[in-house]
Amino acid sequence: MSIPSRRAKDRIVTALLYSLMAAVILLLAGVLAFIVKNGLSALSWDFLTQPPRDAMTRGGIYTPLIGSIQLIAVAMAFAFPVGVLTAVYLVEWARDGLFTRTLRLAVRSLAGVPSVVFGLFGLSFFVVVLGFGASLLSAGLTLGCLVLPVIVGASEAALSAVPRDYRDASYAMGATKWQTIRKVVLPAAFPSILTGAILAVGRVAGETAPIIFTGAAFFTPRVARSLLEPVMALPYHILVLATAGTAIDETRPIQYGTVLVLLVLVLGVTLVGVLFRAKLRMEKRR
Amino acid sequence: MTPKIKIQTTAMDLWYDQFQALKAIDIAIPERAVTAFIGPSGCGKSSFLRCLNRMNDFIPAARVDGQVLLDGRNIYGAGEDVIALRRQVGMVFQRPNPFPASIWDNVAYGPRLHGITNRRTLEGIVEGSLRGAALWDEVKDKLRSPALSLSGGQQQRLCIARAIAVEPEVLLMDEPTSALDPMATARIEELVRILKEHFTVAIVTHNMQQAARISDETAFFLNGEIVETGPTQRLFTSPRDGRTEDYITGRFG
Amino acid sequence: MKDQSALKADRLPRALIAAVATSGLAIMLFILFFLLKESLPALRETTLGELMTGAFWYPTAEPAEFGLLPLLMGSVSVTLLTSALALPFSLGLAVFLAEVCPSALREIFKPLLEILGFFPSVVLGFLGMVVLAPWLQERFSLLTGLNLLNASLLMGIMILPIVASLAEDALSSVPRDLRDASYALGATGFETTWRVVLPAALPGILQACLLGVMRAIGETMVVLMASGGAALIPRSVMDPVRPLTSTIAAEMGETPIGSAHYHVLFFAGLLLLIMTLSINVGALWIERRGRKWRT
Ligand SMILES: Nc1ncnc2c1ncn2[C@@H]1O[C@H](COP(=O)(O)OP(=O)(O)OP(=O)(O)O)[C@@H](O)[C@H]1O
Ligand SMILES: [Mg+2]
Repeated sequence: MSIPSRRAKDRIVTALLYSLMAAVILLLAGVLAFIVKNGLSALSWDFLTQPPRDAMTRGGIYTPLIGSIQLIAVAMAFAFPVGVLTAVYLVEWARDGLFTRTLRLAVRSLAGVPSVVFGLFGLSFFVVVLGFGASLLSAGLTLGCLVLPVIVGASEAALSAVPRDYRDASYAMGATKWQTIRKVVLPAAFPSILTGAILAVGRVAGETAPIIFTGAAFFTPRVARSLLEPVMALPYHILVLATAGTAIDETRPIQYGTVLVLLVLVLGVTLVGVLFRAKLRMEKRR
Repeated sequence: MTPKIKIQTTAMDLWYDQFQALKAIDIAIPERAVTAFIGPSGCGKSSFLRCLNRMNDFIPAARVDGQVLLDGRNIYGAGEDVIALRRQVGMVFQRPNPFPASIWDNVAYGPRLHGITNRRTLEGIVEGSLRGAALWDEVKDKLRSPALSLSGGQQQRLCIARAIAVEPEVLLMDEPTSALDPMATARIEELVRILKEHFTVAIVTHNMQQAARISDETAFFLNGEIVETGPTQRLFTSPRDGRTEDYITGRFG
Repeated sequence: MKDQSALKADRLPRALIAAVATSGLAIMLFILFFLLKESLPALRETTLGELMTGAFWYPTAEPAEFGLLPLLMGSVSVTLLTSALALPFSLGLAVFLAEVCPSALREIFKPLLEILGFFPSVVLGFLGMVVLAPWLQERFSLLTGLNLLNASLLMGIMILPIVASLAEDALSSVPRDLRDASYALGATGFETTWRVVLPAALPGILQACLLGVMRAIGETMVVLMASGGAALIPRSVMDPVRPLTSTIAAEMGETPIGSAHYHVLFFAGLLLLIMTLSINVGALWIERRGRKWRT
């Protein structure tokens, strides 16, 4: 092939790749603009602070909003400590034995389990066997299992990035391994671990399939006051209004509003995580 | 008898943003000879070499002023075809960098790029290039095995074979033996002496004995400037500049 | 002496943390156990052959028919169409980010892509219902715009950022020297990418694609909302489908615990789990092979 035609091919491919990027940006901008435009009209202070009324054809999304936050809290209360400690074990203590390899494989496999299968697991284990029923606790724990591998992964990376010197300095002062981990390694890794956890919150907030039959309720008249009550949740609320409500078309504004709130919640949390991470990277570079 | 000049730079400057890495370089590289570039670390030898096949184009901050004439043509002139230029001016890098593919595919890569598809022709080029790089006898029975299974020295000779497979006129070598053991280094040095029968070789080296052993001409760089150039023999026995003398006698590093 | 006592002092925290760490393993084993336990009773109601080859899914009819074939075909068809639409696009984006994009632009574009990756799937499914479905319906004069194509397009948007960012990592980890070697032989950018960088990054790229496929098989909300939900073996991309995931999500809430239907739904979950775990194993195998091949 001649050089001009080779060069032409190069140019064409480059142009094509640029247009892919442009397409993604347009798509993202279009979707965001569409949701904001349609959702904004439904949004008001009352929308956020009033529970749904009149068979959910009116009113706000207070109950599902609080429910989502409660679910996040339960899920993280389980997944954060367990995930971080698992990572501590894997990074600091694990030797390359059978147990470690099995544990790694399990965590990795867990990351690939479909979310609806987590739902089935939660149903048979938390709801039925442990007898928690369809409740905030069951749904939250199910979500916790789902994000566990995310937190383990982020924490592992954070812990491995702590320089050897820190540990050596601590050992040199006669500290035990556990003291070193607690006083030196974990504090040094904490900001990155936190970033991972923040991103995990974004993930939990948007998940629907695992909670459908473990504790998300079609409708509850009030916010759950105990762990054993079912809760409403934003993503499930969207599903219900859009597919199973009595007045799917009439409640469109509420649906758009709920979608917008969920998106702001998820992307807001994520954005905090992303910015936090960017800041950490910048500091590290210095 | 003065040999023909293959590459001539005149008043060549190289800037990385605000930092001037090369200052007013005037140098003549004779055809079918080995020209060695020596100098302390960071003085701009690699940068200089990369100017000669325009590999600096990939560094957004890099800017070249002045002229680099290859057979009298300014390679920084308008209308210069960089692809054709790089085919004419080949390069061997500091660390052996074979592609993670078979030995055969490594050598055939360049010729295929430039449009050779005939299997027979390619076979011939591969064999010829491997022979030219003094590697044929060692690999002729395993041309299909991965290039990365070769030893470091063999990998570097494979890279030389890959470079000469596109029939360049000039070969740029940036410290080609610095990652190799003494035995492998000796083989590459021997090869360089043979290569100059067909190619113009410009080689950067940190090793002054190496420069003395293999080169015909030597240029001494310091802080982005050329301090002294001349026939290797002369430059090493009676340097004209005090700084050259200090460097080759090891008085500074 | 000192080391001895230090070791002793560490023994308790170490044992406790090891115990906590085991919960990851325990959860995975429990998932396997409970899915098996709850799905095997399904074989009392029907046979494995009927489940896997039965063409009719009438779980609430009298007598009920539990043919998972249409649901399986639904999952497979959505996954295949999604892959066909989204994988080339994702790889193109990855190449763009790793090889073409100026670094200043990349700093902006990568976070944008990441944002897309954080879209909750229920939001995408919702968009499928309110935007894509009416458009498809009108444009192609269909009975419904909720179909295989709709779900696959949205699913494509979902896996795009995942595959693109993983593949970009794979491409970026190809050493700079290889590109230099190629350029120094007179290759163009495209030739270097196509003939050197992509082959060198192949294991990582395959892995990225596999993880994308895995997500597509397991994704629930998009198909639940946008695929139309008809348990039929699709004949065209405009046919509605009912993949395994959405069937479970839609029906599990309505079925009595312990019924035949309940157990068959668990069996469907088991199938999903087997499929995704085998893909995971495949990805692991590629990773091992890739590592061996490189050294
Ligand atoms: N991409 C770049 N951007 C900015 N400055 C650069 C770049 N590459 C090299 N430099 C600077 O240019 C100067 C010359 O570098 P060069 O690599 O050419 O030195 P060298 O003589 O080859 O050194 P060595 O013997 O260590 O290989 C150095 O000061 C270096 O810091
Ligand atoms: Mg150098």
